[in-house]
Amino acid sequence: MARGLWMKSTEIYDSSRNIPNALQEIKEAIRYHYLIGQLIRRDILTRYKRSYLGVAWTMLNPLGIMVVMTIVFSHFFGSTPGYPVYVLSGLIAWNFFSKSTSAAMNNIIWGGGLLKRIYLPKTSFSLSAIGTEVVNLLLSLIPLALVMLFTSVPFHLSLFYLPVAIICISCFSLGVALLLSTIAIYFPDVSEMYQIILTAWMYLTPIIYPETTFPAKYRPLLLINPLTSLVRLFHIPIIDGRFPTWVEFWPAIAWSLGMLIVGWIFFTKKIDEFAYRV
Amino acid sequence: MWVGYSLQKRLMSLPTVSRLLNGKSLQNELMNDEVIRLENVSVQYRVPYEQIGTFREYFIRLLQRRISYRTFWALDNISFSVKKGEVFGLIGDNGAGKSTLLKVVARVLRPIKGRLLVRGKVAPLLELGAGFHPELTGRENIFLNGALLGYNQKELEDIFPQIVEFSELGDFIEAPIRTYSSGMYARLGFSVATAYEPEVLIVDEILGVGDESFQKKCAERIAQFRENGTSILIVSHSMASIESMCQKAAWLNQGKIELIGDPKTVIKAYRGG
Repeated sequence: MARGLWMKSTEIYDSSRNIPNALQEIKEAIRYHYLIGQLIRRDILTRYKRSYLGVAWTMLNPLGIMVVMTIVFSHFFGSTPGYPVYVLSGLIAWNFFSKSTSAAMNNIIWGGGLLKRIYLPKTSFSLSAIGTEVVNLLLSLIPLALVMLFTSVPFHLSLFYLPVAIICISCFSLGVALLLSTIAIYFPDVSEMYQIILTAWMYLTPIIYPETTFPAKYRPLLLINPLTSLVRLFHIPIIDGRFPTWVEFWPAIAWSLGMLIVGWIFFTKKIDEFAYRV
Repeated sequence: MWVGYSLQKRLMSLPTVSRLLNGKSLQNELMNDEVIRLENVSVQYRVPYEQIGTFREYFIRLLQRRISYRTFWALDNISFSVKKGEVFGLIGDNGAGKSTLLKVVARVLRPIKGRLLVRGKVAPLLELGAGFHPELTGRENIFLNGALLGYNQKELEDIFPQIVEFSELGDFIEAPIRTYSSGMYARLGFSVATAYEPEVLIVDEILGVGDESFQKKCAERIAQFRENGTSILIVSHSMASIESMCQKAAWLNQGKIELIGDPKTVIKAYRGG
């Protein structure tokens, strides 16, 4: 009978190994990349398993919300050119952030029992939540393109910038997801609290209203909000049709890398306690 | 003076430092025929007297300095080793720490003190079908469950036909597993968990998977593993099976090893005490 290939039969596991957890976890996440892929697959396949339209809902959902928003708010922001595209592109970015972070947290609260029973890299829950939402985001670019066609917003070369925007918001979301997951293991209530915070956070981010309509007095509030700069990376190439300038880019990259590092270190510091706690 | 001493002791306890100082490679610390070695492994559980579930409660308690925990050592200074091809039995009352010990060897819990060395792949038969999703088909679940057990795509694709064959599921493999009977479910779980031959097999209680003929098949597969050199760590309350299967046994009592040695002697001592 064949032996597994992934771990050589001579490889020795030493519980007192002296590699910092943060680095060890990177190694383990890479080793288990196939598992992360499988978790993403499971989440996407099962989400709409019992609905007739299936994955199409990933595209129809933001489209529907966009239509509602446009009808409700066109009276206020109707002068904004290409308002439907503005709302939809902002919503896609926002949904990515809110859904991936909530899912990562719920994965560890509800799926955490698994950590008590078998060994797996603990970051795989967060990583797969991000991966799932990346797939959903890519799918929702299809309705976005349709709306752009329909409302005759021109396609620019700057759309090739979107992968950079997606990577930035993924790193930021992963950092937040890891931070929240760590806290959620000790206080599951965070999950409920976070939903309220998300609602407030969304209204403090220029998604349904253009940045310029925000009262000038409170403008600094928008600027300290990391999501403002991250959502901008979606708005600029899609609506303005240009590449972001360095000044527009650096807060986004600083937030995303900073949050990723902080979240990863915070999470891996507590990693050995998880199986005792969840 | 004692500061210097404790610092030195601390440095020596770091494997890299001790390796540098002693010129000893970590790899060599497991003897040739040793597959598992525990050195003074201790695991401590911390149980709060009351469940604190909210921030508010936590902060109030924190301010009042009223967060009190009951700590206990689920495992206390456990040391033993298991050789290649050996069947090692663990006996003891409920709550003696047997399952915790299995979890340490399966890498689920990292010991708070002490050291565990394991050579090669560990296959836990603790949770058959861990992570199975009811809406996915048997085929999809084989890949999901296999990935959770640490196999990669190629390994699972290679072994897939054998898994299906062993599980005796036939055409059901394409049906969502919510349509499976509990026996089919367990059969699939067992087939994935034992698809590849591991260096170490961990068994919590003798499994009653499926009907009698399938149970026989399971036993045969485990026996074959053992012949090929897999070490087996087994927890059971059935003294008869411990005595018949194991070459060595340990009696755990409140996190400590009471006695270790020949199964007959250990069982006698356990029953006598």
